[in-house]
Amino acid sequence: MNWRDKGVVITGGSNGLGRALAGELARRGARLVLVARGRERLEGAAAEIRARGGEAHTLEADVGDKDAIYPLAGAAQALLGRVDAVIHGASALGASPLRPLADTDCEQLERALAVNLVGPFRLTKALLGPMALAGEGLVVHLTSDASVEGYPTWGAYGVSKAGFDHLARVWAAEMAPFGVRFLSVDPGDMDTDLHAEAVPDADLSELQQPDEVARRFALLLDRAETIESGARVRLGELVPALEAAR
Amino acid sequence: MIAAALPRDVARTARLLRVDPRAWAVRDVAIDALPAQFRPGDLVVVNDAATLPASFAVQVPDAAFEVRLAGPIAGGSAWAAVLFGTGDWRTRTEDRPAPPLVHAGTTLEFGEGLKAQVVRVSDLSPRLVRLEFDLGEDALWAKLYRLGRPVQYSHLARGLALWDAQTAFGGRPWSVETPSAARPLDWQALSALRARGVALASVTHAAGLSATGEPALDHALPLPERTEVPQATVEAVARTHARGGRVVAIGTSTARALEANALAHGRLVAACGVASLRIGPGYERRIVDGILTGMHEAGTSHAALLAAFAPRALLSLAWSHAEDEGYLGEEFGDVMLILGY
Repeated sequence: MNWRDKGVVITGGSNGLGRALAGELARRGARLVLVARGRERLEGAAAEIRARGGEAHTLEADVGDKDAIYPLAGAAQALLGRVDAVIHGASALGASPLRPLADTDCEQLERALAVNLVGPFRLTKALLGPMALAGEGLVVHLTSDASVEGYPTWGAYGVSKAGFDHLARVWAAEMAPFGVRFLSVDPGDMDTDLHAEAVPDADLSELQQPDEVARRFALLLDRAETIESGARVRLGELVPALEAAR
Repeated sequence: MIAAALPRDVARTARLLRVDPRAWAVRDVAIDALPAQFRPGDLVVVNDAATLPASFAVQVPDAAFEVRLAGPIAGGSAWAAVLFGTGDWRTRTEDRPAPPLVHAGTTLEFGEGLKAQVVRVSDLSPRLVRLEFDLGEDALWAKLYRLGRPVQYSHLARGLALWDAQTAFGGRPWSVETPSAARPLDWQALSALRARGVALASVTHAAGLSATGEPALDHALPLPERTEVPQATVEAVARTHARGGRVVAIGTSTARALEANALAHGRLVAACGVASLRIGPGYERRIVDGILTGMHEAGTSHAALLAAFAPRALLSLAWSHAEDEGYLGEEFGDVMLILGY
């Protein structure tokens, strides 16, 4: 995908991988709407992009809030004119600190599902139409290995991400005739606030840096049309192959 | 005709009246047979404008009233708007008291610090004004969505949520009322059309207010509306007509967008502009061959537009049939497809 002048909505765009990825796409000429909860950090992320000559708008919203979705979708489309890609980067652990499922409150599971599954479903639904009528579009789900492995204490998060992966598969099947493509991307463990919240005592030297992951993530998105729609890809495996094939 | 009083799943529960001007025929059709009314090679054009929650409780010193945005003028901060006196949608618009008089320079307080200045009062009515908001685009859109409620009328039994006012494919929020003829087109119907070999295309057209309660203003509706036809749609229309297919507009706003563009430029071109064309009986259509529309009563501007698609006598026949059969009117009501076989 050539990103020049493309309209992109990135949730979780003020922090971690979302923020780094926004920088990569802005550098490629994409026009961005960054979505996150905290106003200050959101403005900081946008200011960073604008300082380098990019276009970044900010919309403060919680994607887990049902009432926030149509306002978000409407405002994003008003600001960008057309949305060509949506990157669902916002994530919630649900239970923090992590804990066994048997100790997880229903509300914590519901929160993980609201932010990681139902919110992205609603937002895709609200942004899908013009992409489908134009016959092209890309929706990216940021996932995790917790969606395929039954890691103890990652239950609420892992369950929501497993649903998220499958959401991409079904969207892909239904939207194939309309040219809208879906990808689930597992970036691997990174040194982000989310990871620190989940694993406070992690050995940081073993974690990837979000900027470096974003660089490879963007290489993958440049070639998104070469990957089967609906697929779940592990960034660490696919990008070296793409780079070798170049 | 009885109005549909509640939001409903129009795509699954509405009734469809097929009106065929060529055969002079009116026929009841199941709503799920809508895609089957089209032929491979036809083109369905929709209005992809999303609906802004465009009703606001507003204050000037000494008075509170309602402002309904009527449409974007350009960019994000300039809007046409109509003022309504105290009360809300539960009161019939024609029974609402007059709003306070405003002048160029009057500042309206929308709440949460959002202000707009009246920059012009229309000669048509002191209630029709041009507003200029005092915020940059990012913050303005967020505020409009936070403070606004969907525009609605007294035939409805409850207040609308924002999602009640959207179609399946809304994009830029230019409309202040839902382009409601699109309600039967859910993704199942769109997929069925696509599978049938019917092409899809879009325009973006700022569907405006359908009533104000003031005779002089209502007579002037629709007001000039912002409109955009993209290049892909220009090409799709040309391909359709070249192969003998029919171009079917979903809703009066789509018909207006296509016809106004073609009339202004001599042919359909990719352009963004303002549509002031009024389509009525005797209007010679250049682009649109058929239309899917709500049930519109004679005397409204929407009904006048339909007279460009079928003779009035046939439309009267269709209307009486629909009334006898208990069809429902208004934005969550039943629909009519005017298209020759």
